[in-house]
Amino acid sequence: MNHTSKRMLRLKEELPFHLLLLPGVVFIAIYHYGPLAGLAMAFQKFQPIAGFFHSKWVGMKNFEYIFNLPDFSQVFWNTLEIALLKIVFGLAVPLLLALLLNEATKSWFVRSVQTSVFLPFFLSWTILGGVLFELFSFKGPINALFAWLGLNPVLFMGDAGWFRAILVGSDVWKGMGYNMIIFLAAIAGINQNLYEAAQVDGAGRWKQAIHVTLPGMAPMIILISTLSIGGILNAGFEQVLVLYNPTVYSSADVIDTFVYRLGLFDQQYSPAAAIGLFKSVISLFLVSLSYYLAYRFSKYRIF
Amino acid sequence: MPFRRMAFSRQLFIVINSIVLASLFVLGLLPFIHLLSVSLSSNIAALSNQVKLWPVGFTLEAYRFLGQKPEFLDSLVVSLQRVVLGTAINMALVVMAAYPLSKEVERFRLRTVYVWFFAVTMFLGGGLIPTYIVVKETGIMDSIWALILPGALSVWHMVMLLNFFRSVPRDLEEAAIVDGAGQLKILARIYLPISLPAIATILLFTLVGHWNSWFDGILYMNSPSHYPLQSYLYTLVTKINIEAISTEDLGTLNRLSEKTLRSAQIFLGALPIMVVYPFLQRYFIKGITVGSVKE
Repeated sequence: MNHTSKRMLRLKEELPFHLLLLPGVVFIAIYHYGPLAGLAMAFQKFQPIAGFFHSKWVGMKNFEYIFNLPDFSQVFWNTLEIALLKIVFGLAVPLLLALLLNEATKSWFVRSVQTSVFLPFFLSWTILGGVLFELFSFKGPINALFAWLGLNPVLFMGDAGWFRAILVGSDVWKGMGYNMIIFLAAIAGINQNLYEAAQVDGAGRWKQAIHVTLPGMAPMIILISTLSIGGILNAGFEQVLVLYNPTVYSSADVIDTFVYRLGLFDQQYSPAAAIGLFKSVISLFLVSLSYYLAYRFSKYRIF
Repeated sequence: MPFRRMAFSRQLFIVINSIVLASLFVLGLLPFIHLLSVSLSSNIAALSNQVKLWPVGFTLEAYRFLGQKPEFLDSLVVSLQRVVLGTAINMALVVMAAYPLSKEVERFRLRTVYVWFFAVTMFLGGGLIPTYIVVKETGIMDSIWALILPGALSVWHMVMLLNFFRSVPRDLEEAAIVDGAGQLKILARIYLPISLPAIATILLFTLVGHWNSWFDGILYMNSPSHYPLQSYLYTLVTKINIEAISTEDLGTLNRLSEKTLRSAQIFLGALPIMVVYPFLQRYFIKGITVGSVKE
């Protein structure tokens, strides 16, 4: 068999693979690479009628414009603060829960708690938002509880300070089941001999938790914290969009919601895209860093 | 060790721990029980905040009324269309893309190129505004396709499935090749049946993802009659927001009387998830645990 016909044979063998991949490639090309290329509009004065190809190029003008927007720095710091709070509490609370749950012995009890804690993870923020508004409304159950405790009623959703606490708290509520299960799996993977050795040394349950369980979970804790570095500019767009209102912008407006209003309500497409690009560049750097660190520390790989 | 023979401090801890965890269990369920109770109560009871965890003046009025509420029914239809059509397309594309990429590079020379092509999108995206413009330019605005095509292939799900495909023994495939089976036949007769657990998991996530999505509906649909259920619920919930930030009952009785109705709609929006929840939980926990034991 000569060289060309061998090549033809291989091509024929591989042809089905290319065909199977074709639809996926087309949609990814249009709806992922298309917008990526469209980021060029951050350097244009984009006009919908002119499109990407005929809008005027303006260099760095949009970036000068957005960095001088009075709200921009506030939105940036809000994002960082909210995201950091969510990361810290989103790790600490499930960690504590997993440790407590590990001490419970009845499996039906463990399963029931898990079921209840994990449910909000699968519900959308519109549903959870509806529930939260009801709970925290001025005449709602939480204020009834406050009254019972002799406290003054609070306008939770209209108060910048309380609102941020609700953002962080409800995010922990939605996500804690997930991290808790990861932590429980990590605990289950700890070598049982270590516990026996600790018992021989006279360690009680408390000492075992501190000296065996926690160190055993350390790799997982480190892995999850490193991976969350990449999300530091994602403060939870959908959640904020459902819950916030203009009276709490000062503490709750984040980059994504700001971009949404600037781009789609004020129709300032190019400045909004410029903020998006700014955010993407920082995020890409952070995500790469976090994956690099995760690989260094825990040999973590996606593929 | 039996409870009675334990040290007192240990007994105390177990009791307190059980109480903490049990209250957590209850606290997690209360909001949803409350929601259901409000939706099953009479308007007056709901308005005057009498309803706690059991319906007051039990009535199915709200649900009966929803059966004739066009906004609700329209959005439900859009959601069902989206879930069925979207899930079918997602699943087809995920399987079709994962299969070739599960082959070794010796069998499929351009594999690496394709893998990179897809992997890049996991870390880089155009973001909200350029995506919106592209959707607009491709002419699918205000149609159901705007909710389906931009996310037609989930790269994360593809990676999950291709990793699963890779664990399928090569011998099976080679035997089929000897018998003269083509690639499609091998995929359909060997890979798919073996991978049913993985496919079921991805199917479930895709269903839930489509049911829960609401922002794309708000973004791409011009008329609210094209909103899927969760987007419609968003408009409903933001209305409650306006009430939640006012100290007075500023609404007329007319508006407030929608309270039971709203609760009913929110509850119905959560219901399908609660129905598949036992399966979700099982698959999800398995997925997470397998992932973490792997290293």
